Amino acid sequence: MRHLLSIADLSSTQAIQILDTAEELSRVSDGPMKKLPTLRGRTIVNLFAEDSTRTRISFEAAAKRLSADVINFSAKGSSVSKGESLKDTAQTLQAMGADAVIIRHSASGAAQRLADSQWMTGSVINAGDGTHEHPSQALLDAFTIRKNLVHGANDLTGIHVAIVGDIIHSRVARSNVLLLTKLGAHVTLVAPPTLLPTGVESWPVAISYDFDSVIENVDVVMMLRIQLERMSELFFPNAREYSHYFGLNRDRLKMMKPTAIVMHPGPMNRGLEITADSADSARSVILQQVTNGVTVRMAILYLLLAGSQELGVHL
Amino acid sequence: MSLALPAPDMDRAITRISHEILERNSGSDSITLLGIPTRGAHLATRLAMKIEAIEGNPVQYGTLDITLHRDDLRMRPPRALMPTTIPTLGVENRNVILVDDVLFSGRTIRAALDALGEIGRPASVQLAVLIDRGHRQLPIRADYVGKNLPTSLAQIIKVQFTELDGLDAVTLEEGAL
Repeated sequence: MRHLLSIADLSSTQAIQILDTAEELSRVSDGPMKKLPTLRGRTIVNLFAEDSTRTRISFEAAAKRLSADVINFSAKGSSVSKGESLKDTAQTLQAMGADAVIIRHSASGAAQRLADSQWMTGSVINAGDGTHEHPSQALLDAFTIRKNLVHGANDLTGIHVAIVGDIIHSRVARSNVLLLTKLGAHVTLVAPPTLLPTGVESWPVAISYDFDSVIENVDVVMMLRIQLERMSELFFPNAREYSHYFGLNRDRLKMMKPTAIVMHPGPMNRGLEITADSADSARSVILQQVTNGVTVRMAILYLLLAGSQELGVHL
Repeated sequence: MSLALPAPDMDRAITRISHEILERNSGSDSITLLGIPTRGAHLATRLAMKIEAIEGNPVQYGTLDITLHRDDLRMRPPRALMPTTIPTLGVENRNVILVDDVLFSGRTIRAALDALGEIGRPASVQLAVLIDRGHRQLPIRADYVGKNLPTSLAQIIKVQFTELDGLDAVTLEEGAL
């Protein structure tokens, strides 16, 4: 496999291989070896046509720990804002010798377009495309769940995950539903009907409109950010009502199983989908997700870039 | 396929290497054994058990995965990473003994030296191998050798450990070059 475009393209074996690789990398890079020579001489371009802090920095840190050269390219302040097309941008990067492009774009399918085109020969890694997918986020979430809750097995069989909130705009939710169910977890989506996409009945998940009836049975509560920037119409009456029915607060925290954990892909709207004390509670693994993000992305870069591409290798 | 080292001889070789390590390092206090996965790690465990039995003290031993430091990564499909476990006293100022099953081109050991350099600065680095089959491509030699086994490049050496393969043996197979 040369690209990482979508969780749908991965088999469960490949997904587990990424998680296992990340496991070993975390043992090495959190411990004795901070910097590894593995990708020395490779050039990786961060092509971010949409705002991001976490994902961009995380990919940059991952690439640098593997000794790759990183070029950051954001739409603001580049010729993209002068109207340069994705094609011209890609061809420019190709001419500069990029071995991989990590792309974040507001259009669903942008990463796929880049990979399918003949504009460049390097690997393409999807760092979020519109409301479609965000595969590296799902992989780091699965890794965090496995690290905290699974002992002895390598998949997520028997784990029950509630994904709560703005499902309709969330590429994180789409990638997570695909990956978590692929790894054997049971997923329940919790949201008001207005924040669920059409066709959600055909997804391999349970659906609930009642957070309180779900929360006491799950091992993981994954809160999603309300994406105000993607909301052109009204999806719920007001913020207070949303928080009351679908927000994570101190009372709901008390209803959770003793071992259950709280996740959030960030950035958080504190006070809207999650209260500050829930985000900072002992159950919260939100900062662990950030740390794990770097190791999981190191694993992705290692598996895509370290080996020979000429041999047509599988990830 | 021929049997190059049957189980009893393999055990004798491991016993002899243990004694040589103890002799050269005046006991086991200063040494740290680091096996290179997969089979080097098993050999390191065997050596550690043997040395502990001889000296009556626990020995520092662990594993060192060198995959991320290999110089041939680009020539092959991506490899799975193996565990690295550094024992409690680390490698700083220790007499580190790298352990591998077969010494061939020497490239694995070069990568191991690089990996070790990232972790710390040992007082010395020594190398123990069960089989030295020749064909070095780098100026590297072993300090402790179970058996020197001159081979042709076409031959394949297989080291087996009971823990992994159900029996202890070293075999030599004729392969196509």
